[in-house]
Amino acid sequence: MDARFFTAWVEETARAVAADRDRLTRLDAAIGDADHGTNLDRGFTAVREALSAAFPGTPGAVLTLTGTTLIRKVGGASGPLYGTVFRQMGAVLTAAQREGPGEPAGHGPAGRSLPPSAGDAPGPEEREELEEEVTVTLADLAAAFEAGLAGVRKLGGAQEGDKTMVDALAPATRALSGAVSAGRGAREVFDAALAAAREGAVATVPLMARKGRASYLGERSIGHEDPGAASTVLLFAALRAAAGG
Amino acid sequence: MSIPERRVGIVLVSHSDALAREAAALVRQIAGAHARVAPAGGTDEGGCGTSADKIAAAVEEVDQGGGVVLIPDLGSSVLTARLFEEPGSVVIADVPFVEGAISAAVLAATGAPLADVLAAAQEARTYRKL
Repeated sequence: MDARFFTAWVEETARAVAADRDRLTRLDAAIGDADHGTNLDRGFTAVREALSAAFPGTPGAVLTLTGTTLIRKVGGASGPLYGTVFRQMGAVLTAAQREGPGEPAGHGPAGRSLPPSAGDAPGPEEREELEEEVTVTLADLAAAFEAGLAGVRKLGGAQEGDKTMVDALAPATRALSGAVSAGRGAREVFDAALAAAREGAVATVPLMARKGRASYLGERSIGHEDPGAASTVLLFAALRAAAGG
Repeated sequence: MSIPERRVGIVLVSHSDALAREAAALVRQIAGAHARVAPAGGTDEGGCGTSADKIAAAVEEVDQGGGVVLIPDLGSSVLTARLFEEPGSVVIADVPFVEGAISAAVLAATGAPLADVLAAAQEARTYRKL
């Protein structure tokens, strides 16, 4: 998977967030401050602009720029939370990315690593070459999701069951890693991750919130799907869409 | 009393631009002219929320090399402030917003080091008013 794939994933996420903006905000109106859809949409709109202006040429650079832009532009808690997921993923992919034609997912030899330079945009001359040739494997992507999950857990202090985005991100990451380890292809891997994310988001409905504004509501937060878990599902739906088919 | 040049800076991070600015004004009033306090409230557009760029600018403004204490109100202010943490240099005080800011700024104005200013802020958690 190259920079083009990751750009397509992020752009598909941006489209999905825009399409579901009002649904996310309605979910947030029930137990939060009714700004989740609006905030995420503002952030991903800025991400789209940043990607088309900078045109980052490696998978790591695409995700690092995405994360940094979300942190700077969202304005709500989802900015630092999603921004941290993408930045941690970007750092892992920058360390992992290989030059040369894409290897079969999960089976590629450890090729020459580029110097870790998360967030560094390549110069104009390098750009075209990198864009075609720097790739990462599904195993790298699994490691990146693990790092993203760890980062967001550390930042927000949420555990599974706290009724947050972690309730979708953690099972989706586990399913993705498991499918990669089992040697499945990209579409099956992303199908598994999406199914787990959806299941995790739905499972937040009966939970009582223990983080964020919703936690002030105590038992009154029961009976509503967590907006952050719902938006996390969109990330995995977009990943599946970016893989085509 | 001589005031060391490298006083610890205080950054007040709130969802509200007006709350951060007024809290900073109140803190300066109580802690005195030597306190280095900057507000970082609201989004870039002035709405309710947090701006990483405003926090970065405020840290830059008050940092004299002696360190900075970030005092966030809640939610996204806390999460965004955490992204600026640098142990020994930029630290977060998990304290009541106004009381913690005053407690930290009063000590910071005397030239106390970062660890002492952070401890002073944290005392505001248990300081009784009655």
